[in-house]
Amino acid sequence: MYVAVKGGEAAILATHDLVAEERRGDVSVPEISVEQIREQMQLSVARVMNEGSLYDEDLGALALKQTQGDLIEAAFLMRAYRTTLPRFGSSVPVDTATMAIRRRISATYKDLPGGQVLGPTYDYTHRLFDFTLMANGEHAPAATAADHSLDAAMPRVPDILGDEGLMEAEVPPQHDPRPFDLTRDPVEFPAGRDVRLQTLSRGDEGFLLGLAYSVQRGFGGNHPFAGEIRMGEVAVSFVPEELGFEIDLGEITLTECQMVNQFKGSIEQPPQFTRGYGLAFGHAERKAMSMAIIDRSLKAREFGEAAEYPAQQEEFVLYHCDNVEASGFVEHLKLPHYVDFQGELELLRKIRREQKERLAERKEAAE
Amino acid sequence: MSALDHSSLAMGLADPVFGSQLVFRTLLKAFAAPGTIFDLPETISGVPEQLPSAAAAALLTMADYETPIWLAKPFESIRPWLVFHTGASSSREPAEAKFAVISAEHSDVSLSSFHQGDERYPDLSTTLIVVCSSLEGGRPVTLDGPGIKDTIVFAPKDIKPALWAEIAENNALFPLGVDLIFVAGAKLAALPRSTQISGDF
Amino acid sequence: MICDQDQPKVLTVLDAKKDTARQRWMGVLARASAAEIAGLFASLEDRPDYQIIKRPETGTLMVEGRAGGAGQRFNVGEATMTRCVIRLTDGRIGFSYALGRDRVKAEQSAVLDALLQSGDQRVVVLQNGIGALERTQKEARELASRKAAATKVNFFTLVRGDG
Repeated sequence: MYVAVKGGEAAILATHDLVAEERRGDVSVPEISVEQIREQMQLSVARVMNEGSLYDEDLGALALKQTQGDLIEAAFLMRAYRTTLPRFGSSVPVDTATMAIRRRISATYKDLPGGQVLGPTYDYTHRLFDFTLMANGEHAPAATAADHSLDAAMPRVPDILGDEGLMEAEVPPQHDPRPFDLTRDPVEFPAGRDVRLQTLSRGDEGFLLGLAYSVQRGFGGNHPFAGEIRMGEVAVSFVPEELGFEIDLGEITLTECQMVNQFKGSIEQPPQFTRGYGLAFGHAERKAMSMAIIDRSLKAREFGEAAEYPAQQEEFVLYHCDNVEASGFVEHLKLPHYVDFQGELELLRKIRREQKERLAERKEAAE
Repeated sequence: MSALDHSSLAMGLADPVFGSQLVFRTLLKAFAAPGTIFDLPETISGVPEQLPSAAAAALLTMADYETPIWLAKPFESIRPWLVFHTGASSSREPAEAKFAVISAEHSDVSLSSFHQGDERYPDLSTTLIVVCSSLEGGRPVTLDGPGIKDTIVFAPKDIKPALWAEIAENNALFPLGVDLIFVAGAKLAALPRSTQISGDF
Repeated sequence: MICDQDQPKVLTVLDAKKDTARQRWMGVLARASAAEIAGLFASLEDRPDYQIIKRPETGTLMVEGRAGGAGQRFNVGEATMTRCVIRLTDGRIGFSYALGRDRVKAEQSAVLDALLQSGDQRVVVLQNGIGALERTQKEARELASRKAAATKVNFFTLVRGDG
């Protein structure tokens, strides 16, 4: 039971002042600007946009500044802000095949049409500190540009295998239904693929990474290959009811991951590769990869696989991957629970008193 | 090239934020006190003439692109205005509508053809706006139920006996059933599904 | 639980795939920065008189994706967007829709959209401005692509063991 507490206003207001001072840190050090965070902490901003489920780089940067870089608190700010805004509609589904590619790799095909593009990645760095960043800052870095742009057509890798019929097909269900929206309707089980993917999109990167790792280590029984990872800019378009035609609203950065998994087939289906899909805002590769592995493991039901492991149990995964909900419930424990605890304390005292009396009675009877 | 003619458009609520808050507040009060008549300030310009300003205010406040709206024949021509201001799509079937606008005088659609809600989500039912020529001076009915102290007399004009009978049947479906907002000019009164109706109709 | 309006939605989208001049300039305006729009607006010799029909308003757009890139639709997350509608004194209506939260850009873009539809002589100047913005946007895309192309790789597979 919840009982309200009163008072403490002055103390609470003082915490606001104190946290503002802590946030600023040593005032002899220049203040960081939102623009600096947006430009120089892009990967943190991407994570905040993903888990806050709102694409806006300026707001992601502001959220990080306001929360001293606490990613979950920052995501919470994004979620709170979006509830104050009207919803204008849904985009035309983004077409990642037309992405303006900045990175595109495949661990399954060496030579693919369009080529492998490493792009901006830490994969081949040595993980050694660059102390010049600390000492006197870097010299204006300049990336090399090739003479020619990338090929205009960069087919998605699973679509290549799909042409041979070796890959599980990804086709829209009949009538291409409007997707479920968990911000509007309660999630129910068994959950559809749209429910799962939306939940994973806004899920905590750390939680999804741990679960994906568990799948790879044997707690899930499938062996994923990174069929393709691509990152770049994708146009977002929208058909306003009042205009009746499609409008380009600009572009957003997306990371997409297509995981390819073995599947032995069944009586109805010849053996083929199965797929897991991950899509995330910004450059968020670890997130997209983890999401793709879990999307596949959550297909256990569809493929008649025994759902023995945590990553295969949709209720477990979908109900626990949201870090704003999770931190809300875990962290509410620090709020006053004086009455609940007093009740427990009274009960414990009573039980002990009664036990003592019973023991005394028994002793008396024995004598 | 536009799909719709925008030439006659004017601004909706003069102050979209406070304007819609005021209307929303009035709607809440109206549903809390069924059968009581409330006035809405006429702050909307460019409302199609078929639509009483109270109906326009209610639609601009409640409708958005996620609320398909069903319009009875006499109101079909307000669609461009409605779409422009709210982004609401049209619902072909009454049962798909979140909101509907019907005419008291020319009503030929039965209340039961609208969405009635379901056991788990009774709130999903359609809310109907019933356009009348006046909310007073019609054949009186007596209202009773939550939000009404003792009883209240409600006498909107143009309501056919068959519609009152349907409204009474609608009440019997509670907690399912539709909710009604009666409008005339800048006045409105609400009749939620929980209100019982008696009288000679 | 949203009512079943799937089919009409899909039809609108398919219908709307016309790449008209207006769609193109609306896209260029949406992709331009607030400073670029302000610059274009300032380049107008005389400011048009206009009336606001829908104030610049920020809201969200639910971004949809497709499983596997081409399969079942799902909601990825929302994005902020801002829209505005104005009317010129000659009655022409201008619309603007763009990602982000810039209201000044939204209002100026809506005015530019209305002017671009008219037969006004200002249109030639504006069309040139739109052309310049379009080129800038294309060049930025190409530069990013060329930088990515510099990281193109050919991996060689080495045979392990005695081979």
